[in-house]
Amino acid sequence: MSGQREPAATTGPASTGRVAAERAVLRLARPYLGRLVGAGLLAAATEFVGLALMATATWLLMSAAGQPPLDRLTVAIVAVRALAISRGVFRYTERLAGHDAVLRMITDVRARVFATLAARRGATHRSGDVLSRLVSDVEAVQDLLLRVLVPASAAAVVGVLAVAVAALISVPAAGALTVGLLVAGVALPALATAVTRRSAAEVAPLRGALATDAIDLTHGAADLAAFGATEGALRAAEQRAHRLARLERRLAATGFAVDAAGVLTAGATAAAVVLAALAADVSGVLVGVLAVGALAAVEVTLALVTAARQWTQLRPGLTRVADLLDAEPPTAPPATGRTDLAGPHELRFVDVTVRYRAGAAPALDGVSLDLPAGRRIAVVGPSGAGKSTLAAVLTGTVRPASGRVTLDGHDLSAYAEEALPRAVGGLLAEAYVFHATVRENLLLGRPAAGEEELIAATAAAGLLDWVQAQPAGWDTVVGEEGGQLSGGQRQRLALARALLAAPAVLVLDEPTEGLDPTAADAVLASALAFTPAGHSVLLITHRLSGLAELDEIVVLDGGRVIQRGRHAELVAAPGWYRDQWLLQTAAERGYLALAP
Amino acid sequence: MSRRPFDPRLLRRVPAARGDLAVLALLGVLAAGLIVAQATALASVLATAIDGRLDRPALAGFVVTVAARSALVWAQGTISARVAATVKATLRADLLGAVGRHGPGWVAGQRAGEIATLAGRGLDALDAYFTGYLPQLVLSVTVPLAVLARVVFADWSSAVIIALTLPLIPVFGALLGWQAQAATERQWRRLALLGGHFLDMVAGLPTLRAFGRARAQTDVVRRMADGHRVATMKTLRIAFLSALVLELVATLSVALVAVPVGIRLLGGGLALQTALLVLLLTPEAYLPLRAAGSRFHASMEGLTALDEALTLSAAPATPRAAEGAATPDARAEIRFEAVTVAYERTTALRDVTLTIRPGERIAIIGPSGAGKSTLLGLLLGFVAPTSGRITVDGVDFATVDTDAWRRQLAWVPQRAHLFAASLADNIRLGAADTPADVLAAAVHDAALDDVVAGLPDGLDTVLGERGHGLSSGQRQRVALARAFLRAAPVVLLDEPTARLDTAAEAVVLDATRRLVAGRTAVLVAHRPALLADADRILRVEDGRVTELTPEPTGKVTR
Repeated sequence: MSGQREPAATTGPASTGRVAAERAVLRLARPYLGRLVGAGLLAAATEFVGLALMATATWLLMSAAGQPPLDRLTVAIVAVRALAISRGVFRYTERLAGHDAVLRMITDVRARVFATLAARRGATHRSGDVLSRLVSDVEAVQDLLLRVLVPASAAAVVGVLAVAVAALISVPAAGALTVGLLVAGVALPALATAVTRRSAAEVAPLRGALATDAIDLTHGAADLAAFGATEGALRAAEQRAHRLARLERRLAATGFAVDAAGVLTAGATAAAVVLAALAADVSGVLVGVLAVGALAAVEVTLALVTAARQWTQLRPGLTRVADLLDAEPPTAPPATGRTDLAGPHELRFVDVTVRYRAGAAPALDGVSLDLPAGRRIAVVGPSGAGKSTLAAVLTGTVRPASGRVTLDGHDLSAYAEEALPRAVGGLLAEAYVFHATVRENLLLGRPAAGEEELIAATAAAGLLDWVQAQPAGWDTVVGEEGGQLSGGQRQRLALARALLAAPAVLVLDEPTEGLDPTAADAVLASALAFTPAGHSVLLITHRLSGLAELDEIVVLDGGRVIQRGRHAELVAAPGWYRDQWLLQTAAERGYLALAP
Repeated sequence: MSRRPFDPRLLRRVPAARGDLAVLALLGVLAAGLIVAQATALASVLATAIDGRLDRPALAGFVVTVAARSALVWAQGTISARVAATVKATLRADLLGAVGRHGPGWVAGQRAGEIATLAGRGLDALDAYFTGYLPQLVLSVTVPLAVLARVVFADWSSAVIIALTLPLIPVFGALLGWQAQAATERQWRRLALLGGHFLDMVAGLPTLRAFGRARAQTDVVRRMADGHRVATMKTLRIAFLSALVLELVATLSVALVAVPVGIRLLGGGLALQTALLVLLLTPEAYLPLRAAGSRFHASMEGLTALDEALTLSAAPATPRAAEGAATPDARAEIRFEAVTVAYERTTALRDVTLTIRPGERIAIIGPSGAGKSTLLGLLLGFVAPTSGRITVDGVDFATVDTDAWRRQLAWVPQRAHLFAASLADNIRLGAADTPADVLAAAVHDAALDDVVAGLPDGLDTVLGERGHGLSSGQRQRVALARAFLRAAPVVLLDEPTARLDTAAEAVVLDATRRLVAGRTAVLVAHRPALLADADRILRVEDGRVTELTPEPTGKVTR
């Protein structure tokens, strides 16, 4: 069964110690230990009852062969019936109890992981892959308990009990059983772990390479075809697929050898128990009970092999969860700092430089801005000019390498992280629409907002008609990642939320992205009109339409301010702004301006 | 959704697996026989042991059957894994081959992602199906039959009871819904995955942080996760209940067999050995059916992947020009005659007629989505006209050998795909045996020298997935280097400077000018700088092409 699951990405465990991750998980499990132990005991009872059922039934039949009076068998007959029914009931309660305990714990783990992530200051964007891996890592915690620890402890308990009962009948037979159980419960699981680990290490790089091949052949299909390279790339991928197949076939042979050894162990143990019991002159009926019981006990213990394999596959995920929770204790003190955020504000950038990596070209290079209360400015420029970096600096996600960003003369970092968005914030890049109602999504901006405020903000974003047309109105649930909404509606919803939040310094990062030109102009105008007079606005946009009324326009390129002034001045002077203005108006009108 | 447990298309499409699948079926028969043999031997051992004697031949027989079963488990596992590996490799090759066969037009858009995932990791889900479910499915047929056959000979009345109760398992299974159980388990997985909107919340963390709500939301995460726990437990209670009922049905069936056996044994009407045999064998008859039922859902993912792969790779290919088709010289006139291209939902080009003369530099402008890229796609042979035709040197494009035609083209797409290979291999795409000096010249022409100098291993630096590690400007220059290396008479450029900052744009523009010099060039462009070098300018709007005459100054009108 080697490689039944894809091996999780191999990251070196940062946790020290061999089972540090498991210990961390068990620490998390402490409040639910009682429930988990209960589930484990029920699982052990299920398995033990199954074993007892076979043993008792054998005793019954073999005793019956001596044709004793019926009343000597009554107890056993009742026991068989009780055991048969209770096995199913035990299994049912065990599964419920186990899942309940684990789900309770996972609720806890999720909350802690979330708290840890939330406490991170300046967390950067995460790709969808990283996110879904995080979710499946949390699931690994669940699997560790449900599919590894509970069955493993049940198998261990049943093994010990079986040996104890066997020892009451015959010590030599119990000895033979012990050897068999140790092989099935210790040696084979250890072997399975080693084999699984080794095959994962061998298969993972090939699978990764093949995944890359698949991406290259599909996403690069046009490039390959245009350059006549499709054949070659296909052959290479095919060869790799066949190499992987050869490797998988080879690894399966060793992987299944462990399972084969398990079957052999069960049979050999039963045979050895019979021999030992007969040699020790155990009564015939009990020989039968011992043989059948031994067979069943070894089979129960073999569950440890499966558990060991599961465990090996879960380890990378467990390690990542443990590292995440270890690295930043969620009990970190809530960010402290200035919270005096009432009244009008003045925001200043003084000679701000941002570098993402030492030695790399700066993303912002000596940028200065002045945004007193009520002033409205736009930051424009080609992509990669530093516009999004500027927004990130404003919200404290990115710290400048040099220069200062101040609010009312105090450095931005002096303000409490949770409080700052009330003064500086708004619609930022990658605004997320939650899988919740329209109302809930909006109230995130200002939890205390009333119905009238909701209506006003939504109308300003041009979404009110849509909301009122929905049968559920404000309680319309927007799908996963806002999937029930069109791109435009989603953008409007995000904008409405930002307008509702109404911070004194409103940042709007590409507020009309995804809207057609006419709608974009209308929405921008109404959003600006909605913003109270004393509030300042920082608009980041690649569209140059509708900027005529703004107090200042700053043109960024390569991280530097290359032009600044009002729209009329910039259009009149040669430079990036005028070129771009002419191009955009031309493209939108369908005309072309070759030269000014 | 109901899906058959075995897709018969598999036998047709993966002939290499037929032999192994047949062996697997045979092993299933053998396994059933061995289960019967093992029980027979054990019954014999125990029946003798009651008198304190050891039946050596029977014990030896027991050990031999156990050894044989062990070998069989190994063989079954190994062979089913072999089938899985063969099927996966074949389907991967088929899927990727389909991409090659159908061309980039077919694979564009969402399908690219689907196929990449499927051919990459998606098909690995088949492992669980082949090694876990399929052998169990075979056993669920062979074992009950073998047990029945054996018990008929030992004690026919027990066999009748088994035969009558055995169908209860699938009947109850269907009634209680293995399907429903599978659905609830899947549902549970999904719920677990969403985990009370956990993913949603984590994905939206930047937004929560932007509104200062991140910490406050932790309680919401906990509350939601807890609500989901309650809901989940409700569905699980029912799902597990159906498993309980199935187990009780099996247990009671065994009891129905065992009780009369016991009574007859007590009355002396039955030999102990026969009674033991019936007791040991009867549970075995019910087990594989239940196991196959409960494993079915685990294999669903694999079956879905299998279905997708078989369907996708079987899609009929667009007809291509036959071998030995014409290969017109690209240094000739290219004419579009009333060409219309209609996609499923939109019409990209309507009734386009135009002539591209050799050596002409033609700029194409127009709003996005107007059909500019489709125009280039036609010339590249990625897209075929829905009506009308394109001729090169008077030869209908439909009869042209596409590969030979493309050899005369160089293409710089809007966003070139870079491969997870060395930079050198990325540049000499489709021309792996390019001499080093030609490569160096292309690097120089595309102004890539400084990029190469800045990389740790120069041209031999291996790029990450999708060219990770290079900036957009650098990627575009790699694409230009590809075009230079091609030394083709016709170059097609699709907004080569889109999404570049001003500094990067200047470098790419310079290189582009050098590239188009002396060749027939069709370039989709927005930038005035590119248009200045054009001989003709075409405007594409709403699928229609209008010729614009460039004037030295002022606006260009229709």
